[in-house]
Amino acid sequence: MMASVASLVQSFAFYLFAGMAVLGAVLVVAARNPVHSVLSLVLTFFSTAGLFVLLGAEFMAAVLVMVYMGAVAMLFLFVVMLLDVDFDTLRQGAADHLPMGLAVGFAILVELVVIMAGIHPGEGAAHAAAVPVSNTMAIGKVLYTQYLYPFEAASLILLVAMIGAIGLTQRVRRDIRRQKVCEQIARRRDEAVELKEVAPGQGA
Amino acid sequence: MNDILRVVHELGGGLFGFVWPGVWTVVKIAILLGIVMFCVTYLTLAERKIIGWMQIRMGPNRVGPLGLLQPLADAVKLFFKETLIPSKSEKLVFILAPALTFIPALLGWAVIPFSPELVLADINVGVLYVLAISSMGAYGILMSGWASNARYSFLGSVRSASQMISYEVSMGFTIIPVVMLAGSLNLKEIVLSQTDLWNVVPLFPMFFIYFISVVAETNRAPFDLPEAESELVSGFNTEYSAMTFGMFFMGEYANMILVSTMGSILFLGGWLPPLPFLSFIPGIFWLALKTGFLLFVFLWIRATFPRYRYDQLMRLGWKVFLPFSLLWIFLTGAALHLLGKA
Repeated sequence: MMASVASLVQSFAFYLFAGMAVLGAVLVVAARNPVHSVLSLVLTFFSTAGLFVLLGAEFMAAVLVMVYMGAVAMLFLFVVMLLDVDFDTLRQGAADHLPMGLAVGFAILVELVVIMAGIHPGEGAAHAAAVPVSNTMAIGKVLYTQYLYPFEAASLILLVAMIGAIGLTQRVRRDIRRQKVCEQIARRRDEAVELKEVAPGQGA
Repeated sequence: MNDILRVVHELGGGLFGFVWPGVWTVVKIAILLGIVMFCVTYLTLAERKIIGWMQIRMGPNRVGPLGLLQPLADAVKLFFKETLIPSKSEKLVFILAPALTFIPALLGWAVIPFSPELVLADINVGVLYVLAISSMGAYGILMSGWASNARYSFLGSVRSASQMISYEVSMGFTIIPVVMLAGSLNLKEIVLSQTDLWNVVPLFPMFFIYFISVVAETNRAPFDLPEAESELVSGFNTEYSAMTFGMFFMGEYANMILVSTMGSILFLGGWLPPLPFLSFIPGIFWLALKTGFLLFVFLWIRATFPRYRYDQLMRLGWKVFLPFSLLWIFLTGAALHLLGKA
């Protein structure tokens, strides 16, 4: 009886999260307002994190929420909110790109089917149960031993991309006044404040 | 205590049958939230009283003895005010935003261990969970500013979101040495790893940076630029009234208590007593005492320091705290290696 209740709750949670993820994904493309699109994307990320928790991959779930919701989607939202673009005019040519979009979508679908066909459910679970470490530790162990070089290469690429983005967007303007932090910090009380003895009625 | 729990379990099992574990979880959540909400309401009073005393004023003293019923009066006032929704606002997002700020502030409490036995969800990635949940709080604020369709609100929310993102980074980096010392992301194990020595001793600079970062992350003075009244009216919550405002308000205070509790757990030994012979006093008392002290420092800072300038705030986060905590992570790793602990 207990086990059936637990599995009932689990499948309920699965359909709830999966449904929300799909709904969010549909709204990303269907919403007229770009800000609503980004917020729907956030909903999809969150629901996907929920699915990771159901799979027992709580580390992946936490990282997904932190990185994708906490940083990536937040920056999307920033940009979209600050942009002042009339999105209805941008949308006018959208129908012309429909064949291309469908082709890309179909290609991804085929890839997913091929990958899924190669997975045999139950195999991974049995393997995971045999190893008595938490999945955080398991990820850490392979990331810093077996996959150390790809991992370091990926972080190096990200670093280069970051420096490139900063270098491309930074411009030094000489026509504006800037804060000179060193001078501000070096200022002392006795050169800025002076205490004066003011006689009654003599002030101002 | 254990006998009472057994009786409750037997009674509940008889009444609800196989759904009892679910009902019991709901009961535990309700008790936890009740306590948190009680602390939130009384923190608002404590803030007004303490800042009052620091400024040689009385603070609220009209409602009830010593003004102790003031939070109740405030709550009643907020409940019965009219909720105004600006006509040019995005209605749905406008109403969702306060809830999205308030809910994460409560969700974080799920993994907080109050004593070795007293924890709602003892998960392996407790630290990451709290960080992830707290990063969600920025959405409500960003949405509120955008949905209000007003300049002050929008400026306030953009400031707030960028501030939260920046200080989350430095906060995350101050927690890494703690995790390295404990060798676990589980909050309970982090507390137990401090049995001999609280983390605040070997990691004092990290504790310092952690505290300043959370003051900035919760948008509290002297980093309360998102609601800087002298320039932005009231920042992101300018257009909010009644309970929609109340939720932002309660969310901020619940967050303050949450990060103070996290600070106690990560650096001040959580429920552990300061000296071993004091262990006859229940652990939850020690945790409350430490959290209360950190909250007092929150209020003390607010009463003492003038507000930061925005560029100073960003400089402090990115150019001072971030490199320093990165260096400290390296030093911690080196020390652990030299001491032969890793």
